[in-house]
Amino acid sequence: MKLIENVSRRRFVQGALAGGVLILSARYAPRLLRAADDPAAPAALEPYLWMAISSDGTVTIVAHRSEMGCGSRTALPLVVADELDADWSRVKIDQAIGDPKYGDQDTDGSHSVRSYFDQMRQVGAAGRAMLISAAAAQWKVSRKDCTTEPHFVVHRSSGRKLGYGELAAAAAKLPVPKTEDLPLKSRSEWRYIGKDNSLFDLPDIVTGKATFGMDATMPGMVYASIEHPPVLGQKIKSYDDKAALKVAGVKQTLTIDPFKPPHEFQPLGGVAVIADNTWAAFQGRKSLKIEWDSSPHSVYNSAAYRKTLEATSRQPGKVVRNIGDVDAEFAKGGKIVDAEYYAPHLAHASMEPPVAVAEYRDGKVLAWAPTQNPQAVQDTVATALGIKKEDVTCHVTLLGGGFGRKSKPDQVAEAALLSKQLGKPVKVVWTREDDIHFDFFHSVAAMYMKAAVGPNGKPTAWLQRSVFPPINSTFDAAATYGDDEMGLGWNNLPFDIPNHRAENGPADYHVRIGWLRSVANIYHAFAIQSFADELAKAANKDSVEYLLGLIGPPRMVNLEYKEDEAEEKQRYPFDTARLRRVIEIAADKSGWGKRTIGQRRGLGIAAHRSFLTYVATVVEVEVDNKGQVHIPGVWTAVDAGTVVSSDNVRNQFEGAAVFGTSLALFGEITATNGVIDQSNFNDYPITRMNRAPRQISVHVVDSDAPPAGVGEPGVPPFAPALCNAVFAATGKRVRELPLSKTKLV
Amino acid sequence: MIRLKVNGKERTFDGDPDMPLLWYLRDMAGLTGTKFGCGMALCGACTVHQNGEAIRSCSTAMKEVSGAEITTIEGIAPMHPVQKAWMEIKVPQCGYCQTGQIMQAIAFLKDNKNPTDQDIDTVMSGNLCRCGTYQRIRAAIHQAAKETA
Repeated sequence: MKLIENVSRRRFVQGALAGGVLILSARYAPRLLRAADDPAAPAALEPYLWMAISSDGTVTIVAHRSEMGCGSRTALPLVVADELDADWSRVKIDQAIGDPKYGDQDTDGSHSVRSYFDQMRQVGAAGRAMLISAAAAQWKVSRKDCTTEPHFVVHRSSGRKLGYGELAAAAAKLPVPKTEDLPLKSRSEWRYIGKDNSLFDLPDIVTGKATFGMDATMPGMVYASIEHPPVLGQKIKSYDDKAALKVAGVKQTLTIDPFKPPHEFQPLGGVAVIADNTWAAFQGRKSLKIEWDSSPHSVYNSAAYRKTLEATSRQPGKVVRNIGDVDAEFAKGGKIVDAEYYAPHLAHASMEPPVAVAEYRDGKVLAWAPTQNPQAVQDTVATALGIKKEDVTCHVTLLGGGFGRKSKPDQVAEAALLSKQLGKPVKVVWTREDDIHFDFFHSVAAMYMKAAVGPNGKPTAWLQRSVFPPINSTFDAAATYGDDEMGLGWNNLPFDIPNHRAENGPADYHVRIGWLRSVANIYHAFAIQSFADELAKAANKDSVEYLLGLIGPPRMVNLEYKEDEAEEKQRYPFDTARLRRVIEIAADKSGWGKRTIGQRRGLGIAAHRSFLTYVATVVEVEVDNKGQVHIPGVWTAVDAGTVVSSDNVRNQFEGAAVFGTSLALFGEITATNGVIDQSNFNDYPITRMNRAPRQISVHVVDSDAPPAGVGEPGVPPFAPALCNAVFAATGKRVRELPLSKTKLV
Repeated sequence: MIRLKVNGKERTFDGDPDMPLLWYLRDMAGLTGTKFGCGMALCGACTVHQNGEAIRSCSTAMKEVSGAEITTIEGIAPMHPVQKAWMEIKVPQCGYCQTGQIMQAIAFLKDNKNPTDQDIDTVMSGNLCRCGTYQRIRAAIHQAAKETA
């Protein structure tokens, strides 16, 4: 439950909204609170501020989610502005600090719009209703005879108008309408929702005025660069900083204690070089001599580890979904097809490496950081310094990319710890090498797939196993099985097969594992959608027709959500009609089956639902005589339910195709004796313009369904669609990512 | 003592002559529109103009820009046709690499008034965008070229 409140005359109103005359807040009951996994957060019942209108007509709207390029900082305020019927050019956005009173601020899981769309509409609609009431009272007319146009209330018959700024003071004295009485606009009345809106920060971005974490400063700050232990869990045995201290601009060195397991988001430990500019700090680091002690993770060698993962994938694992009896069907002795797939670790490599500025003073911390999760900053910094969470103030800058890395704020805790030792503000800047060596990596994964195929080529039984070091190892050093990963494209296979079992095998972690844009969906979709194509080809069937046949007739898939997502299951059933439709649209737009593709060219398709969004992608490839893969075209069809900014949705899916190209063609992180082998864009390449798809067409399905996710779901189908296209072009089946591992000529 | 001009303003620098221009601009001149991405001239986020030519400021030492005229994104009078095209095509997602992309595109269009896709790919492939906005960057460069033609 949430209530919208009129808090115009309350004393606690501070900050950017304090200048407002009419101020609306929202109040949550704890049920909606998922922040910091603390359902009984004491601040849960404290109202927080959403929106204010000042007497000059300026509308200030709070953005409580982080902006890392997915557009939520624009989208949610746009929804408020639409229902308020505000003139967008008179809207200011105030970025919220981290505080549990805002509910969940962890900008991940592609759910900013999904989780807050209704509430933002209600806040805007409440404001509009109050402004109409205020105008009607002033004119002594019925509310029903009044309407709005952007930033004005209008009396229909007389054409009289009053501006929102003029009405704010009177509206502030009125009660807030009950939620059930709020007059929400009809879809046809929306001015902004569903249109091609620009990002709020666009003018600042193109002129270089936008403030990212890298650009944050504090008066009197010093700069720090930190030499972390090369292997997870190593501690300093000894170090010599004599040469480092001779570097011009270097002031001193300090140590940061190693973490205590589980590592969570704690700093890794190491030696920090403090200097009066970033460059000097980097240079000083090069002259440090550090001896590290041993770590159990020094045994980590990617080639050997892969063998272990694959061996585990060939053994029975923990059953996470079971329909019918696959073993009985396999025992019947019909045609059996099996295949193994492998996908390596990936690094996020956001263009902006991790960075933070923090000041510790009088037992409190003030931080500026490009973080996806400012409440995690509060928790992590508070724990590291032994202070209270509410004594950590985290301001959120724009993020130069995030992709999941920036929900882990280890670098903010580093800055705060150093500031406490130095008594002045500290800016911690990670190099690109730090970013790639010390990421929370996307899991390496091995998948084993097996099917019994009936006489019509369709499977009668389908077994799938995946094995990967789980994200939960971040929070529990003994964790070996996946948890949330099972819901990410594994326990919800939408195929119409009478016997199906999904399993998960155990794996130890040796590096920090974390969420990366679409997470386990990447390797799960790779295995499922590649295997589906293998079965299609084995049956000598058209891939699109075969995939539609696997999905079967339109129906709701029986889902095995965890209990706390029961509401999602009702609101977002897995509707195979919607999955079929995106497949049909993507195939149609690509000219599937209707055009001649040419020598060494091929089309491949994959479809995957993730973050409640249905996506199908067709990729066209051309494999040249050197075996290099070119991508002349990509056609993606998306059903994300109701969307706020259509053009931004297209941009997200265009970007997902490029992100998918990076991981499919080149993306690979490996370790030798626990040390990550890659370091910068020379050995961890990401797609450049000349290797990116030449043309990406995104078709967004017009839908009245509740909003789903758009930041992540474009990624999972891309790699399998590409690999299926490579098979069509060359007859070579790619069962391992990245594609550069498979010789194509 | 190194003398240089940044965005038309005379400046002097008496620090480490090996310091890359990037860190002088960001930490000393307070011009943070120029971004740090890799430190090895691999990503182009730090692109500025030296006497009108696009350079990677992360790998250009202060001693190499003695007497030079440096232009950063802050020295481009908005809205330049390239910036305007970036706005109209709605190129950016996170935006971090975009000032480098824009500085590269401005320098490029001075030399090539009517570029082909191939020309654009060749020059712009030095600038990485992890969000993957390349298709829009290419479209925006074509549009800016038309506008300035």
